[in-house]
Amino acid sequence: MKKFFSMAVVVVMLLGIIAGCAPASDPADDNTGGNADFKVGFIFLHDENSTYDKNFMDAADAAAAACGLSADQVVKKVGIDESDACYNAAAELVDEGCDLVFADSFGHETYILQAAKEFPEVQFCHATGTMAHTENLPNFHNAFASIYEGRYLAGIAAGMKLNEMIEQGKFTADEAKMGYVGAFNYAEVVSGYTSFFLGARSVCPTATMEVVYTNSWFDIALEKEAANTLIKDGCKLISQHADSEGAPKACEEAGIPNVAYNISTISMAPNTALISSKINWQPYMEMIIKNTQSGTEIPADYCPGLKEDAVQLTELNSAVAAKGTQEAIDKAKAEFIAGTLHVFDTSKFTYKGEQLTSYMADVDTDDAFTPDTEVVENGYFNESSKRSAPYFDIKTIDGITEK
Amino acid sequence: MSGKKHSAPPVYITKRDGLIWYKSWLIRIVAVLLALVLCSVIIIALTGFNPLQVYSAMVRGSFGTSRKLWTMLQNLAMLLCISLAVTPAFKMRFWNIGAEGQVLVGALATAACMFYLGDSLPQPLMIAIMLVSALAAGVVWAFIPAYFKAKWNTNETLFTLMMNYVAIQLVSFFIALWVPSGSGVMGVINQNSRSGWLPSVFGQRYFINIVVVAIVTAAMFIYLKYSKQGYEISVVGESENTARYIGIDVKKVILRTMAISGAVCGLAGFLLVSGTNHTVTTNTAGGMGFTAIMVSWLGKFNAAIMILTSFIIVFLQRGAGEIATKFNLNQSVADILTGIILFFIIGCEFFVNYKINLRHKEGK
Repeated sequence: MKKFFSMAVVVVMLLGIIAGCAPASDPADDNTGGNADFKVGFIFLHDENSTYDKNFMDAADAAAAACGLSADQVVKKVGIDESDACYNAAAELVDEGCDLVFADSFGHETYILQAAKEFPEVQFCHATGTMAHTENLPNFHNAFASIYEGRYLAGIAAGMKLNEMIEQGKFTADEAKMGYVGAFNYAEVVSGYTSFFLGARSVCPTATMEVVYTNSWFDIALEKEAANTLIKDGCKLISQHADSEGAPKACEEAGIPNVAYNISTISMAPNTALISSKINWQPYMEMIIKNTQSGTEIPADYCPGLKEDAVQLTELNSAVAAKGTQEAIDKAKAEFIAGTLHVFDTSKFTYKGEQLTSYMADVDTDDAFTPDTEVVENGYFNESSKRSAPYFDIKTIDGITEK
Repeated sequence: MSGKKHSAPPVYITKRDGLIWYKSWLIRIVAVLLALVLCSVIIIALTGFNPLQVYSAMVRGSFGTSRKLWTMLQNLAMLLCISLAVTPAFKMRFWNIGAEGQVLVGALATAACMFYLGDSLPQPLMIAIMLVSALAAGVVWAFIPAYFKAKWNTNETLFTLMMNYVAIQLVSFFIALWVPSGSGVMGVINQNSRSGWLPSVFGQRYFINIVVVAIVTAAMFIYLKYSKQGYEISVVGESENTARYIGIDVKKVILRTMAISGAVCGLAGFLLVSGTNHTVTTNTAGGMGFTAIMVSWLGKFNAAIMILTSFIIVFLQRGAGEIATKFNLNQSVADILTGIILFFIIGCEFFVNYKINLRHKEGK
């Protein structure tokens, strides 16, 4: 008995010593920056190991720094599931005094909406969601970016590369097939691969594309396997819309050029990475922080693009890219900003052999997913103008096949 | 060295006959304190924060506000419910590691009722139908491997494990069927009508969940300890031959026990959808079906002790999340600390069950 007590005493003393030795650094002791009691809370689906969430986290840090927020004015919750846990996380952030809450994943939306209804004094912003423009709540907002323009530009780099390989005699023009690893058969992905394809086709008219779905946003093994399947099917270049490094790594092993998303993959695939398109969330996050601080209204549904620097291309890998790629991208980018070029120009593609003259898209959320809005206007499919989240869901326009 | 005779090792281990209760608890408390010391060293080495501040943040994760307290109780109730479900099977030495899948099909059945019935029925009838469907789904999912085990003596560990993956794929399939946009996200079902949602009681959304699990806990405790069927489960678990010898129908006990196991899992699925998430995803069970195995073993298959063991797990999980948020740490740091504490808690059972003796050297 005695022995146990003396041991316990020793342990307690040890604890005391360690506590005494520890540097008394509080993670949040500098109180600089305007609106000292302002607080912003972030809800992330995964941690920084997911490229999707990393992109948001980096933007959050940059925006907080640009707005002069101190460490204790920013609260981050990572690994928040798309479940009741998301509502709880939002409510806890409100309890901690957050004036603004941002959530990054599509499945968070209904829980954020629930919190927004319960806490009308707090602003809630949700990326990739679809419901804010019809819910009409003053404190619930959606945002996305016109990433389809970025994908189109990345597609140009892909098409130029195909042309170069054709010229080098690696394959003939009618063998110029690309592969695309998509997460879900969902408008966001369909819009993404179609714009990538149209970008490639704008410079390489014989390009075709095959799409494989993984039915998961993040699965390294599945994405790698999908890329390998596409390579076996004769694809000469691969791109993807899924959040792991599976596909770029498969391409590096097989020596197949790859166009990535969200992050630059040059460091992991120096011989095959071409370029990546990404959404830069920093301008949006800065805007919502500043607007909340000043009491200015936040747009209910916001979709910035190339002009606002919300859509970016990462560094072009000059070791892989074809000559003249940067110039071609810059030219198209200027035309997008000037409004003279449109990704989904109906004269540039056909669906089931016919040109698109009218299309009803499911823009307003309802249980039955009813197509409700005419989106072909002035000779092009007007993506993201009726709602920030993409609604181009015409699966497999001519030239694209699904596996 | 080589010339010497083999000498007895300086320490040897003997099984304890049963330690008096306060001594065994003392060992456990010392183990936790040692774990905290080791964690402190790691916290200082990796992050430079004051460990006492980290520990106090950990406590605040569960007790910081009344909302956090309720969330902790809710998480505790769900984990405990699933742990209670696997316990009778484990006591029978039937390795049911399919709780994850049994919970998921219960959740899926509940969500299916909410999806197809909408707000067409009065609320009490609606909830009754959902509950019955969830229990039935859980029973079916548990009964299949039990039947194969009883009939052909198949390996229940592999069978129940594989049934988990079938359940996950079933959920994916139905989400794809119900959500034609292809997003793979069901979202909250009946968000406006709240049809099929368990109501708040005294302003608490989780009140019913917690009360239901409290009742199940008491019932399971009595069932296993005082009922004839509970006794039959223990006998089958100790020795099937003894059970047969004294006239217990082993096959019947296996089937009946697994049906109960599945029904309680189905109930957990019902509570997770109707009383908590109001949706279904492949992650609805969230790994709790596996954590429950640890809770059940640590609790020595005793429903009352399992309240404590599931509390420890939930407390550590909530604390880990709080640390990650408060100190802007990677979630992995918090997970490392949780792992160390659990390692010490589980490891100390060795010292509760065995005595380490020092051999006194002779002739010196």
